Amino acid sequence: MPQTIIEKLWNSHLVEEQAGAPALLYIDLHLVHEVTSPQAFQGLRERGLKVRRPDLTIATADHSIPTTDRSLPIVDQIAAKQLAQLEANCAEFGIRCLGVHSDRQGVVHVIGPELGLTQPGMTVVCGDSHTATHGAFGALAFGIGTSEVENVLASQCLLQRKSKTFEVKVEGTLGRGVTAKDIILALIAKIGVGGGTGCVFEFTGNAIRALSMEQRMTVCNMSIEGGARAGLIAPDETTFEYLAGRPHAPKGAKWDAAIERWKRLPTDAGAVYDREVSIDADTLEPMITYGTNPGMGVAINAPLPDPASVADPMERDSIEKALAYMGLEGGKPLVGHPVDVVFIGSCTNSRISDLRAAAAVLIGRKVNPKLRVLVVPGSQEVKRQAIAEGLPELFRAAGCEWREPGCSMCIAMNGDQLAPGEYCVSTSNRNFEGRQGKGGRTFLASPLTAAASAITGVVTDVRTL
Amino acid sequence: MKPFTNFRSRLVPLAINNIDTDQIIPARFLKTTSKEGLDRQLFCDWRYDAQGNAKPDFILNQSRVAGAQVLLAGDNFGCGSSREHAPWALTQFGFRAIVSTSFADIFTGNALKNSLLPIRVPIDVHAELFAAVAPDPDATIAVDLAAQTLTTPAGRVVPFSIDAFSKRCLLEGVDELGYILKQEGAIGAYEASHPSPINTAA
Ligand code: SF4
Repeated sequence: MPQTIIEKLWNSHLVEEQAGAPALLYIDLHLVHEVTSPQAFQGLRERGLKVRRPDLTIATADHSIPTTDRSLPIVDQIAAKQLAQLEANCAEFGIRCLGVHSDRQGVVHVIGPELGLTQPGMTVVCGDSHTATHGAFGALAFGIGTSEVENVLASQCLLQRKSKTFEVKVEGTLGRGVTAKDIILALIAKIGVGGGTGCVFEFTGNAIRALSMEQRMTVCNMSIEGGARAGLIAPDETTFEYLAGRPHAPKGAKWDAAIERWKRLPTDAGAVYDREVSIDADTLEPMITYGTNPGMGVAINAPLPDPASVADPMERDSIEKALAYMGLEGGKPLVGHPVDVVFIGSCTNSRISDLRAAAAVLIGRKVNPKLRVLVVPGSQEVKRQAIAEGLPELFRAAGCEWREPGCSMCIAMNGDQLAPGEYCVSTSNRNFEGRQGKGGRTFLASPLTAAASAITGVVTDVRTL
Repeated sequence: MKPFTNFRSRLVPLAINNIDTDQIIPARFLKTTSKEGLDRQLFCDWRYDAQGNAKPDFILNQSRVAGAQVLLAGDNFGCGSSREHAPWALTQFGFRAIVSTSFADIFTGNALKNSLLPIRVPIDVHAELFAAVAPDPDATIAVDLAAQTLTTPAGRVVPFSIDAFSKRCLLEGVDELGYILKQEGAIGAYEASHPSPINTAA
């Protein structure tokens, strides 16, 4: 029977299926960070267990790490303790840790791919819901909780229930100023934040094929915002080209054998998905969110929904509540709305191509002096590349702050945060109440929209600059 | 984990859809390296004002929640991050079950691993429960996990589904890892026939 790539990945990692229990699935790569792992290591200690496969496990520090000068001590003592705990746990259990002072440190979903650890055909997990990012390589990658982190550390396996398959077909050509971020924001606006619950997305269609690996990661990254635990894209020449020569990518005869294997992964002709949805790339506009969940998104020039015209009472309530939190009025577009902060970063949009895209808008221009603009590279490697291209000087000359790598204002755990009531155009992935700082208000958008808004000081359609 | 037993409880209604994990416990509290002490941080930004004073109009600050063990929430409860701090905070506050029309996938798995029962009910039952607690905060429901039923304040017995494995773990008070470690034979056999493509230490 023809199979989807999702079923192929599932079947090839089945360790065991016993009656009355979920399937036991083998995990090829386990990424660990400081926030969701300490209680798991403690659990191992209490049970007297070891890490089964340190060679398939790697850790980094990203969530609570400051993005200021790394040679200075960490001011936040609780964060400092958590970061030190990660290094101590990794040392005790024999895991390689790309910690605070590593020249490979970075946001966990940025470093896996750039090291060549994320490869087609793998299962990848991390105690982090944006693990779906790695699906861009044709891997089954999903976020897990701390109990499951402990399970994988101890056994390299997880008990899993099979998800439904959900094809997201994107055909056409993206217009000027429209990016991978807009594809995924449009999908979430269309199906809602619970639309993909119980499913794994496969993104297909010629508009997806045309994306670079970094753009594909942006798309897969936000699968969880559509409710799907994982989202993936079948590997192709673009994938192989990205991987060739990366530190952990196979070499020589192993590379040739890997390519042979990877070429058998794509969905077979005639395979059937449980659900399907289409997105027309030709008519897509730059997208922006206005509310307090990522499904509350609109085309940048479109009016916000007017709660009065929403029939369902709970839906009306939630839009009303969101607009009240955001201090916005329904029925009007966001374009022209004042902004206080712009954040360019996060595992969604902090790779070198994202920084280049923002730089191309900012070059020779100045950001509005009323604004604070943070540019936070996703990793030390991205930072090195940016330096080689002269991007930090360009950002600084435009009036932006150039920071050290980390999650930063995506999650506001490290001191990079909004003040109550402030508006931020952010390239990150979540606009929940208080996500970027208590009382802060987030507009999620692409790096192009973020850079354009940084210049004008108001929400701006980059095509009008 | 303690075995999950039947109980009867008042409901804490929170009629909001898509309650995300950043509301359940804001990220700034995730710098802890322990599982304990999270109950005060539950719904922190809805519960306390900027000075840290309890907001009297938020339901968790009202006397009716004392002893209540069931949260009645809107659709798609627990969306957002994978933080297990969310079910830790909920159970430390005293909740043993959440009733909604739907739950986010990762949250469901995390809750079940912490003796917190996500009970999914049809829309009409969901509406009936909200309608029942509005005039009568003391209305109670009964939860019977072995029978997989919820009994509404009006006495309607509503079945709910849960996978057999999670149910067994909850009723016996055991966790998954014990079961997984017993599968050593199968895990070893899988590893022997599937050489790993990577070595992170190399
Ligand atoms: S950048 Fe944001 S979404 Fe990504 S891993 Fe860090 S905190 Fe999570």
